[in-house]
Amino acid sequence: MTQTPILTTEGLEKRFGGVVAARDISVALHAGETVAVIGSNGAGKTTFVNMVTGYLKPSAGKISFRGRDITGMSPRDTARAGIRRSFQISQIFPELTALENAMIAEIAALETKGSLSSHAITDARMHAARGVLARFGLEKFADTRVATLPQGVKKQLDIAMAAVDDPAVILLDEPTSGVSVDEKISMMESVITPLMNGEGTVLFIEHDMDIVSRFASRTIAFYEGTILADGPTEEVLRNDEVRKYVIGGTAHA
Amino acid sequence: MTQTMMKTDFRREPVYIAVLALLLIAGFFLPSWLRFLLQTALAGGLVALGVAIQMRAGLVNFGQGLYYCLGGYAVGLLSAKLGITDVFVLLASAVVVALLAGALLGLLLARYREIFYAMLSLAVSMILYGVLVKAAALGSTDGFNVPPVTYLGWLPEREIRADVVYTLAAVLVVVSCLVVARYLRSGAGMLCEAVAENEIRLEYLGASPKRIVFFVIVTAAGISGLGGGLLAISTGHVDPLMTNWTTSGGFVFVALLAGRGSTIAPVIGFFLLELVQTYALDIAPNAWQMILGAVMLAAILLLPGGLWSLIDRRGKA
Ligand SMILES: Nc1ncnc2c1ncn2[C@@H]1O[C@H](COP(=O)(O)OP(=O)(O)OP(=O)(O)O)[C@@H](O)[C@H]1O
Ligand SMILES: [Mg+2]
Repeated sequence: MTQTPILTTEGLEKRFGGVVAARDISVALHAGETVAVIGSNGAGKTTFVNMVTGYLKPSAGKISFRGRDITGMSPRDTARAGIRRSFQISQIFPELTALENAMIAEIAALETKGSLSSHAITDARMHAARGVLARFGLEKFADTRVATLPQGVKKQLDIAMAAVDDPAVILLDEPTSGVSVDEKISMMESVITPLMNGEGTVLFIEHDMDIVSRFASRTIAFYEGTILADGPTEEVLRNDEVRKYVIGGTAHA
Repeated sequence: MTQTMMKTDFRREPVYIAVLALLLIAGFFLPSWLRFLLQTALAGGLVALGVAIQMRAGLVNFGQGLYYCLGGYAVGLLSAKLGITDVFVLLASAVVVALLAGALLGLLLARYREIFYAMLSLAVSMILYGVLVKAAALGSTDGFNVPPVTYLGWLPEREIRADVVYTLAAVLVVVSCLVVARYLRSGAGMLCEAVAENEIRLEYLGASPKRIVFFVIVTAAGISGLGGGLLAISTGHVDPLMTNWTTSGGFVFVALLAGRGSTIAPVIGFFLLELVQTYALDIAPNAWQMILGAVMLAAILLLPGGLWSLIDRRGKA
């Protein structure tokens, strides 16, 4: 890749007391890439996403997005800049319906763009919110209170909300966790396909190597807070250290 | 599935028209003491509604009486001290004063949640109480009287004054409830609920929970100020009790009792509270707090969804 990366981290470090959750994390993500992040429990994958999205402040290092230093920016500002995420444990508005969840994402996106002149729920907005659901095949849950939805659907909704307005970078924290093994692939398909239709960069954390090799062209392997390998997925998955420390040691989350 | 839609489905304009018609008709038939009670309850009901709006955003305001009092005193000062008697100017001033106070306090309070929000709002309202109690020029604990108001230059004859004020109060309160219902079912109302449910997620969607809360505080302040203004005009009197914690506590109680199904519910709830208080005082002058407490407990245990859940439940069956 010769183009300039859209998102880079340089020497990121994060300590929680004595625990080093991240050390010397340097990554460059390019526009349109689909990247998997692998690593056993506690390897620092979520910490990485938390730092990039501003939820955690790195103890050291620098994060740049489109050439701009965004280290220490708040989650709201990184979201506004165009970095969105979904969560390992789905973060949605449980007492509201799926359609209302989508509407909130839609309204928040309008506000972000500064084009929110009123909060009225117009037909156009209703249509847009339904579109948010339809894109991920969630229309049939429109009027269901989301607390009652199955785990996998909740996670899809979480992703659908993060994907409103096609963010430049979307980070998915274990999109298939909590979903039964035989549903993982179809779930991933229904999530990745619409995302790849956008121009955005997709990074997803995953424990299932089948899914990784099927959906990611590039893989980054984390081990005890450091990057063990970063490259084309087949190469990384063949790497001896990765096989020994990551794939061999992967517990199921 | 329809029951899940109910939550933000407030498309019930006919209900508001019916309630208004009922209030206006009842105005002719109710004994005057009861109608007066109803009228003051309408005014106070707006404040309970202000508390209920904040509850949607997950915030309990234990000092909403502040805006009630400010609205009342704005009307009182302008009419008794400055001789302005036009009801529309007076009520508009009550709303503006409350909105300004809400905006100022909103800047401070919008970042607090839970018990901190409740206690801070209580503290500010009690500061006003303390100041008013000490203000001899404003009658200290006794407050002062508010002269009769005029309507665009018309001063109604003494016999019909009460009828006119009652009618005005009924119209303004029901219209306010309708406006608030529209507000709650717009995207702004959804954002309120989103703040209560998952603020972090909202941040990650690029929205500002602080800003949303700020607007909730200001909106609630505005309608509470109107309630205070209406009370001043209705009773012809204002006093510092309007911002005392016992008053604010009543509003919180009613808002809890009323639940979240309808914006009329807090008004009805406040009327019931006033009734219970009146009777309780008659029957057991020394035990009315106990009776009130028992009613509150029963409401919380038996009707966790508020008064409205009675009607809602029937609708679903
Ligand atoms: N807020 C925190 N406070 C203290 N320690 C933390 C915190 N967040 C993460 N850690 C620690 O940092 C390390 C990395 O955690 P992280 O959540 O990033 O792992 P992960 O790779 O996402 O694991 P999993 O696969 O289980 O989700 C762990 O040892 C964890 O206990
Ligand atoms: Mg994790």
